[in-house]
Amino acid sequence: MKQKEQSPPPSPSTPSGRIRHRKHTKSQEVFPDVSKLNGGNLLVDDQNKYRSMWVRTLSSLWMLGGVVLILYLGHLYICAMVVVIQILMAAELFHLRRIVHESKRLPRFWLINWYFFFTAMLYVYGRILRQHLVNTVTSDKFFYKLVNGLFKYHMVICYFLYIAGVMWFILTLKKKMYKYQFGQYAWTHMILIVVFTQSSFTVANIFEGIFWFILPASLIAINDVAAYFFGFFFGRTPLIKLSPKKTWEGFIGGSFATVLFAFLLANILGQFRWMTCPRKDLSTGWLHCDPGPLFKLEYYPFPMNLAELLPWKGMWISPVQWHALWLGLFASIIAPFGGFFASGLKRAFKIKDFGDSIPGHGGFTDRMDCQMVMAIFAYIYFQSFVLAPGNSVEVILDQIERSLSHEEQQKLYAMLGQIFQDQKYGYL
Amino acid sequence: MDRDSGSGGPSTPSGPTARLRRRKGSNEAPPEVETNGDRLLFNDRNKYKSMLIRTYSTVWMIGGFVSIIYLGHLYIWAMVVVIQIFMAKELFNLLRKAHEDRQLPGFRLLNWHFFFTVMLFVYGRILSQRLVNTVTMDKFLYKLVGRLIKYHMVTCYFLYIAGFMWFILTLKKKMYKYQFSQYAWTHMILIVTFTQSAFTVANIFEGIFWFLLPASLIVINDIAAYIFGFFFGRTPLIKLSPKKTWEGFIGASFATMISAFVLANIMGRFQWLTCPRKDLSTGWLECDPGSLFKPEYYTVPQWFPEWFPWREISILPVQWHALCLGLFASIIAPFGGFFASGFKRAFKIKDFGDSIPGHGGITDRMDCQMVMAVFAYIYHQSFVVPQSLSIEMIMDQILMNLTFEEQRALYTKLGQIIMEKQFGES
Repeated sequence: MKQKEQSPPPSPSTPSGRIRHRKHTKSQEVFPDVSKLNGGNLLVDDQNKYRSMWVRTLSSLWMLGGVVLILYLGHLYICAMVVVIQILMAAELFHLRRIVHESKRLPRFWLINWYFFFTAMLYVYGRILRQHLVNTVTSDKFFYKLVNGLFKYHMVICYFLYIAGVMWFILTLKKKMYKYQFGQYAWTHMILIVVFTQSSFTVANIFEGIFWFILPASLIAINDVAAYFFGFFFGRTPLIKLSPKKTWEGFIGGSFATVLFAFLLANILGQFRWMTCPRKDLSTGWLHCDPGPLFKLEYYPFPMNLAELLPWKGMWISPVQWHALWLGLFASIIAPFGGFFASGLKRAFKIKDFGDSIPGHGGFTDRMDCQMVMAIFAYIYFQSFVLAPGNSVEVILDQIERSLSHEEQQKLYAMLGQIFQDQKYGYL
Repeated sequence: MDRDSGSGGPSTPSGPTARLRRRKGSNEAPPEVETNGDRLLFNDRNKYKSMLIRTYSTVWMIGGFVSIIYLGHLYIWAMVVVIQIFMAKELFNLLRKAHEDRQLPGFRLLNWHFFFTVMLFVYGRILSQRLVNTVTMDKFLYKLVGRLIKYHMVTCYFLYIAGFMWFILTLKKKMYKYQFSQYAWTHMILIVTFTQSAFTVANIFEGIFWFLLPASLIVINDIAAYIFGFFFGRTPLIKLSPKKTWEGFIGASFATMISAFVLANIMGRFQWLTCPRKDLSTGWLECDPGSLFKPEYYTVPQWFPEWFPWREISILPVQWHALCLGLFASIIAPFGGFFASGFKRAFKIKDFGDSIPGHGGITDRMDCQMVMAVFAYIYHQSFVVPQSLSIEMIMDQILMNLTFEEQRALYTKLGQIIMEKQFGES
């Protein structure tokens, strides 16, 4: 989110640079905010400001480059990136709550945190990637049986791992440290829930098609940048007490820009099979699929008077662009509340940043706060409005083909036929 | 869980502390005389009065519980919801500070907003198909319900987001920390209460058996641990609960497993308890209980003593599952109680509430039940369900998860697949 830049010698009249960086957005130059605060001491601060701006630009470029590379490599690598980011976020957040002198008396307490993390990871990704994993190993009979067997008891395994962790926690409760330990326990759970909810939805989106991951993420970045620009040029009225630098003009201008970009970006991204095809297994090779009617471009000719003004006679629009409008709307209006939440949290606990992994930006959580809200919405939107309803039929058909023998399938067929007959006569 | 009844009457420094465990089906407990027993006369009256109160409330709880079991699935669900509301209320109140609360009007409302959003989400997911099955008669209602269910997830999500935005917009300077703590606390409460109740309700509609058996096992474990501890208790079990002993623990484990075995046999004979409920009706249930509840006859081996009255015993296959449930109830479920005890010590509270006279709050009664309910559901899903015929399971899925049109589409496609296979093989 927005990062308040503090140049090294804090002087009361420092112009603050407002930089917004997202994982894959081009970094912007910072214009000193001279219109708002008095502009003394410019020379000294300028040097430091430019240096830190340089640092931030560098790290932004690296992040952008890394993300583009990973997108090119494919679904599995994107998932790996998500997992890595998740681990780093969790490490930041775990570390934050730890009070140094207390944890020295409980040498293995941090281990419990990571144990729960590992259990949650096993559970969440096991659920999501279950079908994909099974599809990957269908060639080998032995692995297939093994994987299927493991997944049958997946829930039990994860549950017992969790229970073991709880029992371990209870057995390590030390007198006089109960409150601290329970606080840590609750904090761990909250962190894991926050981190894993959004990452599990992100991963689910990725395997439905990279489009559904990259579009929401880009919209957040674009919203940030656009809001900054509009705020810089036109900003007058403050938006919310929590983030005093945000303005209504920035907010509204950013919204328009985001929605517009959503429309255009969906068009561009939707033309790549790499982006739109779902991945049904864990392979990394090229993807072929029929993207479906959602991504088919249709030609809409402009009405007569408009066509005379513009060089183009019409536009190619795919149905997915209308969905993108909704995503853009959400990204500009509701997703910023994720940033407000993070700002409020930092103020409440008097911390400046969640971490300091990214030079010039803060920690990973600082970068991901709005993304989290957006990822969940993107998943839910996709499941409710985009997913073709025929999918559940396919899922069950898959199950039938996989787990029933030929005779059993015929039996099932006969039973279904019987039921339909009964229903037909019942309704007469 | 374990409770000192020092709350009855004036607390004396050397009063004999009665160890009473009250669960939904518990009995009276004699006072523990291990601590010094002078001034018995004076304390007796107070002790007996508090024991009487506890007995009353226990009897009422048992009576209410039994009648609800008799009434059926829907009423049990209603009971679970009511218990949940009370638990949530207790827990919401627990860490609230009155002073800060006065400065934040409407903050309590936020808690309940989240509560009802989660309730809509959780029960909507579990019971959506059953709701559909209930309204299949009426075309209009069917369409309406179908539409509501389709957008169920989005609705709940936006309700949650609305609450989230409301929270952010009501953040007041200088109270950030309190508000964020309350927010986190609210989430933890909701997760704890709804996880277990969601699993409980899912169990209920699979068959009251899968709700009643685990719940009873917890009660039995508690009582048995008390009795064994009373008579044989010497070695303390854990620092968190100083009154528990190893002898009580081990004796209770045996008793629980034996009663699990026996109870499963008794309960498994009633169709009311073993049949799953596929819709939200309240009438009588008829079904084929499945191979799990069909008795198998074993002849008693020769070495059994003569006085054993039966030469042949019938064992339902479900009884072996009950053994696993009993094992869990006796060994792992008590940790729920330890957790609650530790929690109360950490935050220096005596009880979670005082709804039940003589017992404390509802959360005090439910702490072990919560752990057990989750396990019972997971056990049921992993070990009981897959044993039933795959055909029936898939058939259930088809009937429960698909609309009529989808079912027909599936039927046609399946027919095609079978045809292709037949031609391929011939």
